Amino acid sequence: MTDTTRKAARPVPPAAPAGPTPPSAARRPRRWRGVTPWLFLIAPLVLLIAFTYAPIVNMVAYSFTDWDGVSPQLHWTGAGNYAELFTRPELFEVFFVSGYYLAASVVQIAAALYFATVLSFNVRFRSFFKGVLFFPYLINGVAIGFVFLYFFQDGGTLDAILSLIGYDGDRAWLGTPTSANVSLAGVSVWRYLGLNFVLFLGAIQSIPGELYEAAELDGANRWQQFRHIIAPGIRPVLSLSVILSVSGSLSVFEIPYIMTGGATGTETFVIQTVKLAFQFNKTGLASAAAVVLLLIILAVTWVQRRLVPDDKVDLV
Amino acid sequence: MNRRTVLALTVGAALLASGCTGTGGTSKGADAEAPGDPAKVDGTITVLTHRTDLVQDGTMKKYAAEFNKTYPKVKVEFEGLTDYEGEVKIRMNTEDYGDVLMIPAVIEKKDYPKFFASLGSQAERSEKYRFTDYTTVDAKVYGQSPLGAVPGFVYNKKVWQEAGITDWPTTPDEFLDDLKAIKSKTDAIPYYTNFKDMWPLTQWTQVNGSVSCDEQATTKLAEGDPWAEGADLRTADTLLYDIVREGLVEKDPTTTNWEASKPKLAKGEIATMWLGSWAVIQMQGAAKQAGADPADIGFMPFPAQKNGTFCAATLPDYNQAVNVNSDHKAAARAWIDWFTDKSGYADANLALSPLKDAPLPDVLKPYEEAGVKLLDIDDTKGAEVKSVDNQSEVGIYKPDYRQDLVDLARGARKGSLDDFLTGLGEKWTEARKNLGS
Repeated sequence: MTDTTRKAARPVPPAAPAGPTPPSAARRPRRWRGVTPWLFLIAPLVLLIAFTYAPIVNMVAYSFTDWDGVSPQLHWTGAGNYAELFTRPELFEVFFVSGYYLAASVVQIAAALYFATVLSFNVRFRSFFKGVLFFPYLINGVAIGFVFLYFFQDGGTLDAILSLIGYDGDRAWLGTPTSANVSLAGVSVWRYLGLNFVLFLGAIQSIPGELYEAAELDGANRWQQFRHIIAPGIRPVLSLSVILSVSGSLSVFEIPYIMTGGATGTETFVIQTVKLAFQFNKTGLASAAAVVLLLIILAVTWVQRRLVPDDKVDLV
Repeated sequence: MNRRTVLALTVGAALLASGCTGTGGTSKGADAEAPGDPAKVDGTITVLTHRTDLVQDGTMKKYAAEFNKTYPKVKVEFEGLTDYEGEVKIRMNTEDYGDVLMIPAVIEKKDYPKFFASLGSQAERSEKYRFTDYTTVDAKVYGQSPLGAVPGFVYNKKVWQEAGITDWPTTPDEFLDDLKAIKSKTDAIPYYTNFKDMWPLTQWTQVNGSVSCDEQATTKLAEGDPWAEGADLRTADTLLYDIVREGLVEKDPTTTNWEASKPKLAKGEIATMWLGSWAVIQMQGAAKQAGADPADIGFMPFPAQKNGTFCAATLPDYNQAVNVNSDHKAAARAWIDWFTDKSGYADANLALSPLKDAPLPDVLKPYEEAGVKLLDIDDTKGAEVKSVDNQSEVGIYKPDYRQDLVDLARGARKGSLDDFLTGLGEKWTEARKNLGS
């Protein structure tokens, strides 16, 4: 049965593969054929190596030195930086802050999934709402930080809105560690919801429409359609989103850095690393911290892939 | 998100790396001698500066034109850098960091000879100039600050008078009582922390020297515990803690705004801020803009006296230096000398002149009248203090620990002041021992 549907879905183009090889291709020397794809890849590969892998190699190299970031002299310290990192448990306490963002990303994924599902059906002003939801993701993170500083200010926008609906506003939203972290995580949800939403929407729309029609004929309601068609249909994208959220929660940076600078218990691991490198001039130690973060994220991703293997979508 | 963060960090690292393999500090220990005949000095020099405002509004160009009257063949170009520390730090891994620049805080003193050309011996320069020991390595001076400042409380005279206070407080307790009086008798915020903008909190470190009235205050930091009972920093931090603890500050420190705080102080909505004499001109400017009276801006020393006298340290701004790789060292040196001695830059900023025999600026007239003793703090051990500070990750020149202190005082963080300060002291002493060994 699977075979027949496949054929029906992708009919073989009549002319192309059956005809003889075009003459121009025949004249071209054979070895060029192997090279051609690499020619196209040169630009992205050069960029990738120059700006991603070479720096990582450098960073790993620095993590074994005591470099301060400017001095022409640096000394090889072996695994000294790593030893220091792991003998100072307080450096890892900041990961508790990631918990707030992890919790927020659950909310974020749930909300994105809800909106993507609703907006994939025929709803009035569909495109408008799609735009509204995706818009925050297009704004620069720094701008978002500043906007929300005013938003959370004592007597600021949020307080004003709350007093409109009868709550007594006027409170310091960034004042205590808990409320500050919750507020910042809220900003992060607002910002990244659009990305998840678009990913889900794309995945949902790639599900063939006949399935819904068939389901509706069988009397399935919206929830059942979601449960049995949409959810399994977007599983790879869903698991990708979860992986991105977890690794993102571990490496939160921009929003808390701009809004609070890590004060009042909002310091994350990356902020701490940046402070080590640029405030206390311990570039070597900070590189080691960055390497450790990278390894932690790789490990978490690996565990996730293990727990949720990337199955093929098999709706039909 | 992950990839991007790593990317950002690594791109930064790559930039540093590419420079690191370059030629940083090959020509070591060059001198930039003062030129004999101004007419013969020539060349184009680039001056890196953090005063982007002065570059943009043409003030620096006017200085250059004035400079050309004496040195007609030198062309001066300016490069204003918004993120001065960050940008210059990276550029200093190459040879291309201007001909004249302000020495970034990140450069270690012992590396000065690798990056900068010497301006002469300390013995000679210190006769004429202040702040020479801040840049002295092996008896040679490598930089000169074009202006100095004195720490103090910038306050609104009208508000203080309204609260019925006529004299400067002489002890921290008196100061607290005054702030309480301001809170009960006026609508002003008694003290504004500028918590969110961070750097204003670092200014509290400049109390160092004011309490003990000791020119060796910096040396004491390098050799002892800054938070020992009765030490200058302990007095300063305790006062800050008490101010916040008593609720004498703005309601929500986490969303303060430096730019907005200036007109607020000028209009009397804020009574006091701990800054420096450099801030007075900015506050007066804000007062003019806000339609308030610039004469209301007052300036007072830290509430502590030794034998009946107030003390205040004199502190340099960024030190100007000559790039050791510069091809026009004579012209660069000529610029620094002229800018320090003849430009009137310090006057224009109502700042303390780096020339020892120059009169005090108007801003400091109240200090003069009250007989405040100005201390030229001995900075011989300044480099050691910085290393201990970085090594211990305490950050007396960084905002973090004072932010924690404010959080502690307003209950957003658990613990007692004593434990907190003792903890800082322990970290400090341990780092000091590690570095000493």
